[in-house]
Amino acid sequence: MADTKPLLETENVSEVFGGLKAVSDFNIYINRGELIGLIGPNGAGKTTAFNLITGVYKPTTGEITFDGKSIVGLKPYEITQRGIARTFQNIRLFSELSVLDNVKIAYHCHVKYGLLETVFRMGRYFGEEKSIEDEALNLLKIFKLEEHAYEVAKNLPYGAQRRLEIARALAAKPKLLLLDEPAAGMNPQETQELMEMIRWIRKQFGLTVLLIEHDMALVMGICERIYVLEYGMIIADGTPSDIQNDPEVIRAYLGAEAIN
Amino acid sequence: MNSARKKDLVMLVFALVLYGVLQMMISTKVIGSFWELNIILICVNVIMSVSLNLINGYTGQFSLGHAGFMAIGAYVGVVATVKFGLPLIVALIMGAIAAGCLGFLIGLPTLRLRGDYLAIATLGLGEIIRIVIMNIDYVGGAAGFKGIPHLTNFTWVFFVMLVTLFFIKNFVNSSHGRACIAIRENEIAAEAMGVNTTKYKVMAFTLGAAFAGVAGGLFAHQFYLISPTSFTFLSSFNYLIMVVMGGMGSITGSIAGAFVVTFISAALASFPEVRMIIYALALILMMFYRPQGLFGYMELTNVGPIKKFLDKVSGSKEVI
Ligand SMILES: Nc1ncnc2c1ncn2[C@@H]1O[C@H](COP(=O)(O)OP(=O)(O)OP(=O)(O)O)[C@@H](O)[C@H]1O
Ligand SMILES: [Mg+2]
Repeated sequence: MADTKPLLETENVSEVFGGLKAVSDFNIYINRGELIGLIGPNGAGKTTAFNLITGVYKPTTGEITFDGKSIVGLKPYEITQRGIARTFQNIRLFSELSVLDNVKIAYHCHVKYGLLETVFRMGRYFGEEKSIEDEALNLLKIFKLEEHAYEVAKNLPYGAQRRLEIARALAAKPKLLLLDEPAAGMNPQETQELMEMIRWIRKQFGLTVLLIEHDMALVMGICERIYVLEYGMIIADGTPSDIQNDPEVIRAYLGAEAIN
Repeated sequence: MNSARKKDLVMLVFALVLYGVLQMMISTKVIGSFWELNIILICVNVIMSVSLNLINGYTGQFSLGHAGFMAIGAYVGVVATVKFGLPLIVALIMGAIAAGCLGFLIGLPTLRLRGDYLAIATLGLGEIIRIVIMNIDYVGGAAGFKGIPHLTNFTWVFFVMLVTLFFIKNFVNSSHGRACIAIRENEIAAEAMGVNTTKYKVMAFTLGAAFAGVAGGLFAHQFYLISPTSFTFLSSFNYLIMVVMGGMGSITGSIAGAFVVTFISAALASFPEVRMIIYALALILMMFYRPQGLFGYMELTNVGPIKKFLDKVSGSKEVI
């Protein structure tokens, strides 16, 4: 049965940049409905792992299976159409467009009206445009952005821009959501609210989530399982309490002296 | 009838009134033949600048070969009418298809290039098109194509321009248009949101080229003779100036740009020396004080009182 198999599985994935092994022997699996954390020191290869899963880079070796099918070699937009959406560590909004248009764009792969219906505004055009608008506004409401709907995205405060990135990713209606440091640059209160929001949307949208985060409290607080990456390799995985007590992880994060 | 259609209808009524007034002034000779010609050129240039805006402004792909596609439309059009005796409408459609196909073939490989490289490649291809035409004796070679029937008139250019504006307005205000705009804004994010960036770049380029072909067909049938010198990279540059001056990503802007540029060169036609100076000065001032162009990303239909009026007429705040 497809449903008992993991939603996402990577097998011995590695990526070499010049001589640098940014990711090697990367093996993870994510079951449907799980909320998984990916942590590790700066430069460990976390973002590279995301870029491999989303098709920005093609793995030097290895296999990535999503929903029972290999996604290696697909273009990023094809992977999004299969059901993986992401946010970016360094925010990549459509910065000159309105907040609403940012979200509307992400419905793109679900739009069925063709070029003729567009140009003559017949058939499915008005119906679909209306439902895109309604759904987009609804997403903005969830992320407390509705009063900014018609503002230009680049004028939003930093925390709101991060939330908009998540709202936009959700508009693509993914099965798997990849969040690259969603709380980066947020204050503790915003981070707390974000955590609750992530929990809530996971339930509401039946999502599976993979989350990169530096904020330990956030990761430990909401993730069911955690993978720890160092120098491109998984050095530990398990529940938050396993990870907290893992000597390898403590060494990686605090340095070897801390153990002695 | 929904509000977007009502707004379209209001715009159409406005356009028809404008047409009626201008047509009356032309037929009663209030507007003489010099300005009649320039009004026709403005309409042709609007088609050129709006279609170029689809590529450069909305999709953010820097193309500098638009005159090449215009040339294709012009030459295919005159061959259709002169050599095969076909009616103008068929000639325009054939010109559009030919320019569109060529746009597709050229766009597929060149749109992989970015920024300056794409600009140089399209500039070169525009020149290649012109030089190839110059060496085809069947269409008159460097001397040009003579004996073209004067089939273009104000009515033709005005309504073809309206169709073009309608087409491009509806395109950019759809999911397809949003995909193009997303590419301009952030190509990596666009791809991550499920936009097939290659497909939409090529689509914008092909559509833009096709409309340039239509403009070329109209342009050619206004004159007794066309020659390859009408389609040099300098004219491509001129269309680019219209787009930049009006605002990259605004249809109203492209109309304004085409109007201003054509009007200035017509008004200063008898002072060719000052013309270039004023032209250059206008551009420099523009770059200093309004680098986003006259309209930036704005449309006139979204400006304060005009928007209010349209909203009132249609009973909705929806953008058209
Ligand atoms: N496109 C690239 N070309 C060459 N090297 C790269 C490229 N992308 C990443 N790297 C290198 O790969 C390593 C892993 O980078 P990555 O961005 O994946 O780390 P990260 O775990 O996300 O770090 P951070 O916590 O700082 O975001 C780094 O040494 C980085 O310099
Ligand atoms: Mg990173």
